[in-house]
Amino acid sequence: MNKIVIIGAGQAAAQAVASLRAEGYSGALTLVGDEPFAPYQRPPLSKAYLLGEFARERLFLKPDSFYAESNCELRLGVPAKRIDSQAKKVELADGATLSYDRLLLATGAEVRKLPIPGGALKGVHYLRGIADVDALRPQLKPGARLAVVGGGYIGLEVAAVAAKRGVEVTVIEVAERVMARAVSPTVSTFYEKTHREHGVKLIMSAAAKGFEGADAVTAVATNAGTIPADVVLVGVGVVPNIALARDCGVTCDNGIVVDEYAATSDPDIFAAGDCTNHPAFAGGRVRLESVQNAIDQAKHAALAMLGRPAPYREVPWFWSDQYDLKMQIAGLAHPGDVTVLRGNPAARKFAVFHLRDGIVAAVEAVNAAPEYIVGRRLIAARAAVTPDRLADISIPAKSLA
Amino acid sequence: MPKIKYIEHNGKEHTADVPVGWTVMEGAVKNRIPGIDADCGGACACATCHVYVDPEWFPKLPPRQDMEEQMLDFAQELKPNSRLSCQIKVTPALDGLVVRTPKSQH
Repeated sequence: MNKIVIIGAGQAAAQAVASLRAEGYSGALTLVGDEPFAPYQRPPLSKAYLLGEFARERLFLKPDSFYAESNCELRLGVPAKRIDSQAKKVELADGATLSYDRLLLATGAEVRKLPIPGGALKGVHYLRGIADVDALRPQLKPGARLAVVGGGYIGLEVAAVAAKRGVEVTVIEVAERVMARAVSPTVSTFYEKTHREHGVKLIMSAAAKGFEGADAVTAVATNAGTIPADVVLVGVGVVPNIALARDCGVTCDNGIVVDEYAATSDPDIFAAGDCTNHPAFAGGRVRLESVQNAIDQAKHAALAMLGRPAPYREVPWFWSDQYDLKMQIAGLAHPGDVTVLRGNPAARKFAVFHLRDGIVAAVEAVNAAPEYIVGRRLIAARAAVTPDRLADISIPAKSLA
Repeated sequence: MPKIKYIEHNGKEHTADVPVGWTVMEGAVKNRIPGIDADCGGACACATCHVYVDPEWFPKLPPRQDMEEQMLDFAQELKPNSRLSCQIKVTPALDGLVVRTPKSQH
C-alpha cells in the first residue's frame, strides 16, 4: 500500500495525517479540502474568534511546515466530486484524478438550512467555517438587533458573544428549553437564566416561519409573533456530508456507517469525525459532532488503514463556553436516565450525573472540572455509584472514583 | 518576539519565537514541540498541555485561575510548579521562559 487520500480538511483529517506518519506510514499522502484553508479549529469560531479576540492564524491546527515535513500534499479549495470505488480513484472539481489504495472520508458536516421563505435575504447568516464568521462579525455592532434561530450550542455561544458586544439579542427556540438535545433540564434552566441576566431575550416553543425584508432581513416571523432583526444567525444543527460516500455505494444511514475500526462497507474506504455513524461507547450507534470524536476516531482510522485495527471505545466529551461559564460534558445522556444534581446552580458551580441501571453514563459539569474529570473516569470504568454519594458534596469529587 | 524554551522529559531542548498574546501551549503546537497535545485547542477542557515551569520563572507568572487549579488537581505527576500551558499568555516579560513537559504526555 503506498497511496492514501484523505477527503476533508478538518480536525479528523489533520489528526489522520499526524497519526499515519507517527505510525510509520511512508507512502504518498494527499489531503483534499473544499475550503481554501489548511485544517483549523472550529470550536473557537463561535467563541473567541467571533468576539475578535483570536486572530485567524491562531485557528490553524498545525503550522504549514507540518504538512511539508509530513510529506503530505495539500489540495485545498478543490472539492472532491466523485469517488470511483471500483477503479479506486477520486475525481476533483478541477478535473484532476487521484488514485488511492486506501481512502479516508473526513468530510464532516454542513449546516442544516431552514427550509423557510426569505433565507436568501442579506443579513441571514449560518456559522460553520471561517468565512461565515468573517461575514457575521462586522454585523454584530453595538445596538444592532440580532435574532438567533436555534438555542443550541452554536446559537447560544453566538448569543453570548453578541451580548458581550452590546448587541440586542433574541433567541428563538422551537423546543421548550435551550440545548434540549444535549443537556438535562437543570442545565437548560441554568443557562436560560444566565442568558436573561445578560439581557438576552429567549422565546421558547417558537418556530421560525420566514425571514421578512425586501433586500435585507428586517424581521423573523414566528408562530409566537414577529421578531424585528437587523441580522439573523441560524443555528439549527448540522447534517453529515455523505454524498460522496453514498454515490459510490458506501452504506450510509444518518452518516457514513462505520464499524468500531472506522471501516466503511467498502474494504478500502474508512471514515472518521462528524460524518460517521459509529458504534457508541455505551452500546447502540451514534453520530457525534465533536473534537474528541474527530481526534480519537481518526487515530483509530489511521491504525486500521495500516492494517493494525484497534477498536474505538473512548468516552465522548464536549465543552461549551458561554460568558464566564465552562460547561464540560462526558458520556451520552439518554432520556430514561436517573439524574443526580451535585452542588447548587445558584453557586454557578454544579454537575448533573446521569445513571443508567445504576451505572454512571454521563456527566454535565458547569464550572466544575473535578466532577467532569471524575465523571469521565467513572463512565470509562462503567462504575456504579449511588445517587446519595454523588449528591453528597461533603465527599470530595476525587473520592467518588 | 519572546523566546520560549521547551524541554522534553528526556532533556531535548526546543526554543520557539512565540507572539505576544498567544499561549505557551500554542507556541508548542505551532512549532511541533512533542509532549503538548492540547486536544481541546486551549479551552482548559482536556488537561493534555501540562508543563512544569522553571522554578525561577514560576513566581513571575500570573497565578492559576480556579478552573486551571481544578483541572491540574487531576494531572499525572503534579508538582508545585505545574501549569496548564494553554492558560499561560505570552507577554514581553516572559521572554526567555523555560518550561518542561512531563513524561506522561509523551
